[in-house]
Amino acid sequence: MKCPPFDYHAPRSQAEALALLARHGEEGKILAGGQSLVPTMAFRLSRPASLIDINRIAELDHCRAEGGRLRIGALTRHARFERPVAPGPTGALLARAAEHIAHAPIRTRGTFCGSLAHADPASEWCCIALALGAEMRVLREGGERLVPAADWFQSVFTTALAPDELLAEVSLPLLGPDWRCGFAEFNRRAGDFALAMAVTALRLDPAGHVAEARIALGGVAGTPILAETAAASLLGAPPTPERLRAAAALAAEGFEPTEDAQVPADYRRDLVRAMTRRALEGSLAA
Amino acid sequence: MTKTPIRLTVNGVPHDIAVEPRRTLADALRDDCGLTGTHLGCEHGVCGACTVLLDGEVVRACLHFAIQADGRTIRTVEGLATPDGTLNPLQHAFWQHHGLQCGFCTPGFLMLATWLLEQEEPVDEARLRHVLSSNLCRCTGYQNILTAVRAAAQAIGKWTEAA
Repeated sequence: MKCPPFDYHAPRSQAEALALLARHGEEGKILAGGQSLVPTMAFRLSRPASLIDINRIAELDHCRAEGGRLRIGALTRHARFERPVAPGPTGALLARAAEHIAHAPIRTRGTFCGSLAHADPASEWCCIALALGAEMRVLREGGERLVPAADWFQSVFTTALAPDELLAEVSLPLLGPDWRCGFAEFNRRAGDFALAMAVTALRLDPAGHVAEARIALGGVAGTPILAETAAASLLGAPPTPERLRAAAALAAEGFEPTEDAQVPADYRRDLVRAMTRRALEGSLAA
Repeated sequence: MTKTPIRLTVNGVPHDIAVEPRRTLADALRDDCGLTGTHLGCEHGVCGACTVLLDGEVVRACLHFAIQADGRTIRTVEGLATPDGTLNPLQHAFWQHHGLQCGFCTPGFLMLATWLLEQEEPVDEARLRHVLSSNLCRCTGYQNILTAVRAAAQAIGKWTEAA
């Protein structure tokens, strides 16, 4: 279908965009890459009265390492991450996941921050944001706040972002060389939404024992979720194949899976077990 | 509904048109510029039939509003052959290797492959399949599409055997 009519605004500055957001409130919507927004408008599931196109705002177009974190501006496209944007495990993890995001012509337009604002349960970036402890820099007219990933995801397509707010930047920690990051997802066709994905990050101490562990799962519940029991089970010992398998089995138990006719709950749990194991093993293989 | 004047430069030719904000780039190309080579299949970003190049980047023209493309350059399937109708190496490979059946998906595949072959990195089998997985062919003629793009890559020296 054709999209419903809307008013179009193309502000040239962040301040101008925030003023427009303040004026339009619930009726206004930010347009960045548009790769999720425009289809929902074509299906008429979304009918914003005004679109505020931020593509001409140069101050939102950045992706840089600063103060130990990778700062990703609202206009950074998925394609930017196909090659590591920073040396070390964080850049490598983003590059590993990027190729799973839809298809090349989507990745040239869609944005990292747009994915975080849209909060599709099967979004690779959302799962990584939760696993690594991303921080969202949110602006509104006359105000700014930082929201940690743990408080960001509320339910399907629902985040802590208010209608008059703009997600200007997401930052991720730049992990050191003692971290091992893994990623695995399963879908039936290339580029489809994942039926399950796992993002893992282990910090190894000099003795080779797991000192910190994070495991996030995506595409299996209304939001990305942390598999905390599974992660904790790896602490204080070397990451042997047996321990990785046991952790993967724990990850498959600790949540209520989304269920539908094609993907029954036990199948989804089994995919979680397999993806977690693959992500963990892959992270230690190199 | 108010229309806004915009300029799209398509295959080197400027088109001064007026569009509603909700007009997609695909519809503007077809209905306002009269360039019906760009096809619309699903109109929600799944099939890839409307693939075009926007300032050199491959995009789905149904997921982009024409008003956003004001002042920018676009390449469509009409720009591939020379003005006298001579096919370019990619089109020639599609013809030679039966890379099309009904032809509906062909403009999208041609523009997707055009972008692939213009990237700096050489193309191997894995990358060919990864990138071409983007678009759908309802005739399921995928093998010959892959063969055609592979042949075109070889013809222009962009092909590499997998490492």
